[in-house]
Amino acid sequence: MSSSSLLQDLRGSRRRQRQVKLVLTYLFAAVMIVFALFPVVWILSASLNPGNTLATQTLIPRNAGLQNFEMLLTDSAYTQAYPFTRWLFNSIKLAGLTTLCSISITTAAAYAFSRFRFRQRHNMLRGILLIQMFPSLLVMVAVFLLIQQIGNVIPALGLNTHSGLILAYLGGAMGINIWLMKGYFDSIPREIDESAMVDGATHWQIFTRLLVPLMRPIIVVVAVLSFIFVYSDFLIARILLKTTEQYPMTVGLYIFTSGQFAQQWGVFAAGALMGALPIVIIYLILQDQIVGGLTQGAVKG
Amino acid sequence: MTTQAQATAPKPPTRSGSTTVSQLVSRLVLLALIDAFASWFILNLWSQDSLVLAIATALVTLFINVVILHKNLYPLRWMLVGLVLLGLFAIYPILYNVYVSTTNYGFGHLLTKEQALERLEGTMYLPEEAGAYTWTAYISQAGEFAVWLQSADGQGFLALPDQEIAPGQPGERGVGELDSDGIPVTIEGYERLSRLTVLRYIEELGQLSLGQAERIARITSLDSASELQPLYVYDPAEDVIVNQQTGVVYSPIEGAFTSSRGEALTPGFQISVGLDNFRQFLRSPALQGPLVRIILWNFAFAFLSVGMTFALGLTIAVVFNDRTLRGRKLITTLLLIPYTIPSLITIMVWRGMLNPEIGIINRTLEALIGWAPPWFTDPFWAKAAVLLVNLWLGFPYFMLICSGALQAVSPDLYNAAEVDGANTWQRFWKITLPLLLVAVGPLLVASFVFNFNNFNIIFLFIEGGPPIAGAATEAGHTDILISYVYNLAFAGGRGAQYGLAAAITMVIFLIVAGLTLFQFRFTRMWEEVSENV
Repeated sequence: MSSSSLLQDLRGSRRRQRQVKLVLTYLFAAVMIVFALFPVVWILSASLNPGNTLATQTLIPRNAGLQNFEMLLTDSAYTQAYPFTRWLFNSIKLAGLTTLCSISITTAAAYAFSRFRFRQRHNMLRGILLIQMFPSLLVMVAVFLLIQQIGNVIPALGLNTHSGLILAYLGGAMGINIWLMKGYFDSIPREIDESAMVDGATHWQIFTRLLVPLMRPIIVVVAVLSFIFVYSDFLIARILLKTTEQYPMTVGLYIFTSGQFAQQWGVFAAGALMGALPIVIIYLILQDQIVGGLTQGAVKG
Repeated sequence: MTTQAQATAPKPPTRSGSTTVSQLVSRLVLLALIDAFASWFILNLWSQDSLVLAIATALVTLFINVVILHKNLYPLRWMLVGLVLLGLFAIYPILYNVYVSTTNYGFGHLLTKEQALERLEGTMYLPEEAGAYTWTAYISQAGEFAVWLQSADGQGFLALPDQEIAPGQPGERGVGELDSDGIPVTIEGYERLSRLTVLRYIEELGQLSLGQAERIARITSLDSASELQPLYVYDPAEDVIVNQQTGVVYSPIEGAFTSSRGEALTPGFQISVGLDNFRQFLRSPALQGPLVRIILWNFAFAFLSVGMTFALGLTIAVVFNDRTLRGRKLITTLLLIPYTIPSLITIMVWRGMLNPEIGIINRTLEALIGWAPPWFTDPFWAKAAVLLVNLWLGFPYFMLICSGALQAVSPDLYNAAEVDGANTWQRFWKITLPLLLVAVGPLLVASFVFNFNNFNIIFLFIEGGPPIAGAATEAGHTDILISYVYNLAFAGGRGAQYGLAAAITMVIFLIVAGLTLFQFRFTRMWEEVSENV
C-alpha cells in the first residue's frame, strides 16, 4: 500500500513538473509571438488607421478604413511625389527580367559543367565561387563608375536606366546558383542523355526537351531566390538610379523616411504592406523549396 | 586557357561534333556582328578616356572570338553569356576597384589631366588695364542690345550677344552711315541710345557677353569695353600653368595645379597616388580614429548579431522540438512571419516604432516607467537598437535551420545518454550542441559575412548615426565599413572620394576573403568538387 502511494506521489510530482514545464513553454511562446508579430500588427493597424501620424497611432484603429491605400494609389498630391504603383511595377519588372536572364544563363552553364568534361573545369567552378565572395555590394564604387562609363557611350545602358541596373545584377548570376544547379544535373542519370544521343538528338535538344523539364524543382528555387534578391535590393538601385520614376519600390519607400516620416506614417504603412505582399505570397506558396535552398547556403536579403 | 571538349557519352557518330554549313555561316555572321559592335564600343570608350574599360572590353571580345571559333571550346559556348557578364560586371569591378584604390579619383579629381587643362584654359578673365574699346549701345524694339565697339586705332566692330564679333562696314549687316566719330548713326532693327538714356540700361549692358567662344567682350565702364583673355596658359615644356592676371605659377602637385603658396586650382585631375590612400589611414588621426572605431564595431556588430540570432533561434527550436506539444505547428508558423517580409521594409517600420519622441515603444515606456532610451542620439542606445532590430530580423532563420538539424539527430543518442544518467542540460551541451554545430557551422560563418556587410540595417535604420564628432570624413557611431564606404563615395558632404572608398573596400576584401577561406575549410565544398570529377 505504502509503496503504491509513494509511486503515486512520484507520479504526481512528475506530472506537476511536466505541467510547470508546459506552462513555461507556452509562456515563452507567448512572449516570442508578441515580439515577432508586434511590428507586423502595428504596421497593419497603422495602414488601416486613417489620417494618422506616428504620434497619434493606436493599436486598435479608430474608424478603420482603406483611406491610406486610396491616398497612396490615387491622390495626386501623393502620386506626384510618391508614384507608388510605378515603383511596384519597376520592382517587379527588374526582378522578373533579371530572374529570367539569370535562369537562362545558369541552367545552360550548369548543363555544360555537368555533362561535358573539359580541362580547367574544376578551377572554373572554384573560380566562380571565389568571385562571388565579392558581391557587387562590396565593389559598389567600381560598379557605379563602370555603369557611368558605359553610359557615356551607350546612354541606354548607363546610370538611371533599368537595363544598366539589370546588367549590374547579372554580374552575380553565376554564383552559388551554378553549384545548386550542377548538383541537380549530376543527380539526373546520364543514361537518359546517352539513349537520346543514340537516337540522334543534339545536345541542344537533350538540354531543352529532356533535362530542363526534369530540372523544374531546382529552377523554381533558384528563380525565387533570385527574384527575392533583386526585389529586396536597395543599395545598387539607390546608387545607379537617380530619378523618382525609375526607382524600385525599396528605394521609393526610403524617400518616406527622409522628409516627413512621422506625418506620413499611415500612408507609408500602406505602401510597406503592398510592397511586402508579393514576397510574402511567394513565401507562403513555396516555403518548403525556399527553406531547402536557404539551408544550402543562400542568404536572404 | 587550354580546354578540351569531349562529350561524356561513349561517342556515337554524333552530330554535335560536326556542323552543317549553314550553322557555320550563321555563327560567323553572329561573330562579325559582335565584333563590329565591340569595336565601335571600344573606340568610343577610348575617345572618352575610359582606357581601363576599353582594354577590358577588348580582352572580353577576344575571349568571345576564341570560344566561338575554337572547336575544342564547345562546352564554353554554353556559358559564354554568363562568362562575359561575369567578366565585365563581377571580375572587372573587382580589378577596377583595386586600380581606383591607388588613385585620388573623386570630387575635384574626376577628370584626366588633359580634360582638366582644357577646362582651365577655357577660363577667361577681364584684363583691367586694357580698356581696349570704346562703345556705343543700340536697342531693338524687343529690348535686345547691339553694341558698336571701337578700338583705339578707330576700327569699328559690331558685337551682338552670342554672335561672333565682326569688323563693321557701313552697308554691311544693317550698319548705317558713320558719323564724324566713326560710329554708325543707325543699325537696322535697333535704335541708338544717347549718352543719357544709356544710363538706364547700364546694369543690363554690363552683364552682356558680347561675342562668342574664344572672343568675348564685356562692357567694363561707361567709356570702355574689354575683350576677355584666357586666364591660364599652359606651358608644356615646364608642365606648369601661369595665371596671366597675377603671374602666379602653378605646378601639378597631388592631382591639382598648385601654386607655391599651396593654392590649388579646380578642377583637379586623376593621378596615381600609389598606397597613399592606405597610408592615410595610418597617419591621419582624424581618419584613423573613426576608422578603428568603425572596424571594431563592425566585428562586434557581426559577432553579436550572429550570436544573438543563433542563440534565440536555437532556444526556440529546442523548446518547440517536442512533437507532442499542442499548437507547435501554429507557434512556429507565427514565429516565421518576420522572415517572410522583406527585411528593408521591416527595418523602416522599426525606425518608426523606435522613434525616441513619438514612437510607440518610447511612448509606452514613458508611460510605464517614466524613462525611455534615446535610441537615435546616444551611441550606446543606437547600437543596442540596431542589434535589437537585427535580432528580430534574424532569429527565424536560425530557428528554421536548427529545427531542421535537430530532427536529424538520432533519438538513439538521447536514449543512450538517458540510460547513462545524463540530465537534460548535459544532453544539450554534450550531444545536441556539438552535433548541431557541425551541421550549422558553415551557415554561422556565412551569416557572419552577411552581417559584416549588412548595409541595409545600418543605413535604413539610422544612416550610421549619431555622428562621431571630429571625424575627418562623415562617420557615425553605428557605421560599419560598408556604410562608411557608401558615405565616402556617394553621400559625403565633402563630395565623392572614390579613391579612398575603394581603398577601404580593399580592407573589407581582406577580411571577407579570410572568413570565406575559413568557411571553405568548414564546408569541405572544395574537396567535394575534387571528388566529383
